[in-house]
Amino acid sequence: MDVLDIAIALIKIVVMFVVVLLTVAELVYTERKISAWIQNRVGPNRVGWLGLLQPYADVVKLLLKEDIVPAAANRFIHTLAPVISIGVAFSTLAVIPIAGPTITLFGRTVHMVIADVNVGILYVLALTSMGVYGLTLSGWASNNKYSLLGGLRSAAQMISYELSMGLSLIGVIMITGSLQLTDIVHHQHGWMWNLVLQPVGFITFLVASFAETNRAPFDLPEAEPELVGGYHTEYSSFKFALFFLAEYANMITSSAVITTLYLGGWQVPYLETFGLSDGWMVLVQILAFMLKVAFLLFFFQWVRWSVPRFRYDQLMNLGWKVMLPLAIANIVLTGALLLFL
Amino acid sequence: MTFETILFYVLALAGIVSALLVITRRNPMHAALFLIVNFVALAGIYLTLHAQFVAITQVLVYAGAIMVLVLFVIMLLNLQNEQDLFEKRSWRSYSGPILSLLLLALLLRTVAFVSGGSFDRISPESERIGTVANIGQQLFTAFVFPFEMASLLLLAAMVGAVILAKKRFP
Amino acid sequence: MIPISHYLILSAVMFTIGCAGVLTRRNAIIIFMCIELMLNSVNLTFVAFSAYLGDSAGQIIVFFVMAVAAAEAAVGLAIVLALFRNKKSVDINDVNILKW
Repeated sequence: MDVLDIAIALIKIVVMFVVVLLTVAELVYTERKISAWIQNRVGPNRVGWLGLLQPYADVVKLLLKEDIVPAAANRFIHTLAPVISIGVAFSTLAVIPIAGPTITLFGRTVHMVIADVNVGILYVLALTSMGVYGLTLSGWASNNKYSLLGGLRSAAQMISYELSMGLSLIGVIMITGSLQLTDIVHHQHGWMWNLVLQPVGFITFLVASFAETNRAPFDLPEAEPELVGGYHTEYSSFKFALFFLAEYANMITSSAVITTLYLGGWQVPYLETFGLSDGWMVLVQILAFMLKVAFLLFFFQWVRWSVPRFRYDQLMNLGWKVMLPLAIANIVLTGALLLFL
Repeated sequence: MTFETILFYVLALAGIVSALLVITRRNPMHAALFLIVNFVALAGIYLTLHAQFVAITQVLVYAGAIMVLVLFVIMLLNLQNEQDLFEKRSWRSYSGPILSLLLLALLLRTVAFVSGGSFDRISPESERIGTVANIGQQLFTAFVFPFEMASLLLLAAMVGAVILAKKRFP
Repeated sequence: MIPISHYLILSAVMFTIGCAGVLTRRNAIIIFMCIELMLNSVNLTFVAFSAYLGDSAGQIIVFFVMAVAAAEAAVGLAIVLALFRNKKSVDINDVNILKW
């Protein structure tokens, strides 16, 4: 570990950060465009070509607003909460591999992942479970009953769905025999994606991811007809922008995790038959990875504008009485198949 | 001073300070937050001992599940500050710290016996021991009976919690 | 290298702090958190011995302690909820029906 290694690691982190930030900006744009498309409207089309600069205008608007902290709020936690949200959303990306072969840079072999830890899946789960603090604390620190209700809801919802999320992952771990994300991607060679091998696990994981990212139809912590704005009712200006950013960054993170675990990560079927050099392989694989993530992001937004919000008891019933038994049945079935086949 | 040594002392300081803050804050919410800091610092200390699996489980179980539950209950009950903790001096507020200091003296006397031999440096085996593969292997071979008992215990706790938290007994 | 006694001293100090909290505080939830603190300091001792002696039993015990702590959290918090429902307070001094 010398200066060059540290520099390469830093470059990877910065590139990942910048790419995700730019994607978030355009994601806000596509969300508005897709919602407009689904609801037969035009959508933003004034700022820049086809309205492409709209998210930047939004950001400038948010940053120029006054930052209001309610008098009865707990100032420190009120500021800390959005920071936790955004930090957790970004740090999960550190273990996601984006391409298979290594490339050589300044005489060093560079792996296409920031940190290849051998407890990768557990790291992702641990950070996801920390994400709940951002919403819960913001709800509590605002000292507002609607915020408090939003925070309570998010705590209960996240704990309930984390269970089915973790249990649906067990099937993947049983098939691969490793917790390391690079191993899991390598195991999904060709068309043997975990989507094919684990269809039930994929569905439960997908639904749990929707709940963990607080996206519709599970956006009860911020359900605007009932709770004004939920946990971020009392947030304005930059802190509100951070929550906004965290929501979209969470979407990207969970799309990347779903891609890695179930859609074969960077795997492109039959790519090796073309006999490309390593550099080109890396490029094609990164593109394939980004395409898969982009499709999932579109799916997230498609669902948001098509499915109405759940009621709270329906959410809990779905989590405990449908998702959890399904995930456990999936584990039993996978175990039986692995044992007898 | 290697990087790991510095990391250990920084995290140890963070652990002690946050533990002190847990027992002195009047607001239960603040106490819970400092307890989370303490748990995360401990997870870092486990990493300096090469216990990866324990470290990640620490964050997952303690910081991610148990403390969320505690925060949930604090928010649900909407607890206020503990009023007369510092105003009303009872015999409890003196005897507690004194007894604890005696306990500390006893514990430190015991620690003084542990030194020399393999206690001076981390065993080279520790790299292998802390991995998920090794812990899982041990858990499902040598410790399989306690493992099953733990599952029974969790089941019993689950049933008990549901019964206790129910509003009205049928 | 750090000798094991530093880990053990840290563990002892944290155990003492947790103990002092249990003895002085009166809020049931904070007492509960102090017990978690004590359990954690014991875990630290187990992991330290496991790493220095090269024996995996210590880390496995920690795993079981975590299982017990999770069970304790569920039951303990349910008791606190039931207590609050009956007494409208979580002060342990208010729970004195069995006190003579």
